Amino acid sequence: MAAQEPVAPLVEREVALDIVRRGLLVAPVVVAGAGLVRGWDGAASAAIALGIVLVNFVAAAAIMTRAAKSGPTAIGAAALGGYIVRLAVILVALVLLRHQPWIDLPTLGFAIVGTHLGLLVWEMKYVSLTLAAPGLKPARPGTSGDQ
Amino acid sequence: MALLHLLLAQAAADPTKGLTAIGRGIVYGGAAIGPGIGIGLVVGNAITAMARQPESAGTVRTTMFLGIAFTEALALFGFVLAFIISG
Repeated sequence: MAAQEPVAPLVEREVALDIVRRGLLVAPVVVAGAGLVRGWDGAASAAIALGIVLVNFVAAAAIMTRAAKSGPTAIGAAALGGYIVRLAVILVALVLLRHQPWIDLPTLGFAIVGTHLGLLVWEMKYVSLTLAAPGLKPARPGTSGDQ
Repeated sequence: MALLHLLLAQAAADPTKGLTAIGRGIVYGGAAIGPGIGIGLVVGNAITAMARQPESAGTVRTTMFLGIAFTEALALFGFVLAFIISG
């Protein structure tokens, strides 16, 4: 019996690491902007929000990359199971943080949503407009295209 | 029964608090159901595409990952709104 072929290259990990790299690039701007508008509490809240968003992306990629080694069905289970687990983790984080005196809740909330969407749109634009995205990179002659 | 009386007494004392909690539950519950259905659709169709064309699995998974993340943003919207309206 032949060994099972890998489903595909580790595209989720590559995309997530790309998003983290972009997130770290914009982090000083986001934190400084929140600090200017809402003070130190706003800056701290924006930094924590960015951390939550980046950890969320990395966790999603780790779960799905690991599941992809088992096959497409495992990807489906991991995507939906991971969604529930990650939302639960974010819920716990927000419940623990919401009554802290140094947390500005509106800034935290809007920074989570804003950075999540902003980084996604940035990555989507990159994936759509270039051939450099991991899943779209042309294979070298003589290779299977797996990375 | 005593617990019910206690809850009713507390609700009568501060009905806004109870209504706010119910509102949070509705907002967050509704915001979590939609993305759950959406992610199921995205993943289901991605698996179908990978089964039909295994050689395009990398591209499909890239798009699927981004699609899941976009769909998940809806849940984050509801989540954040539920926390903000509760103050």
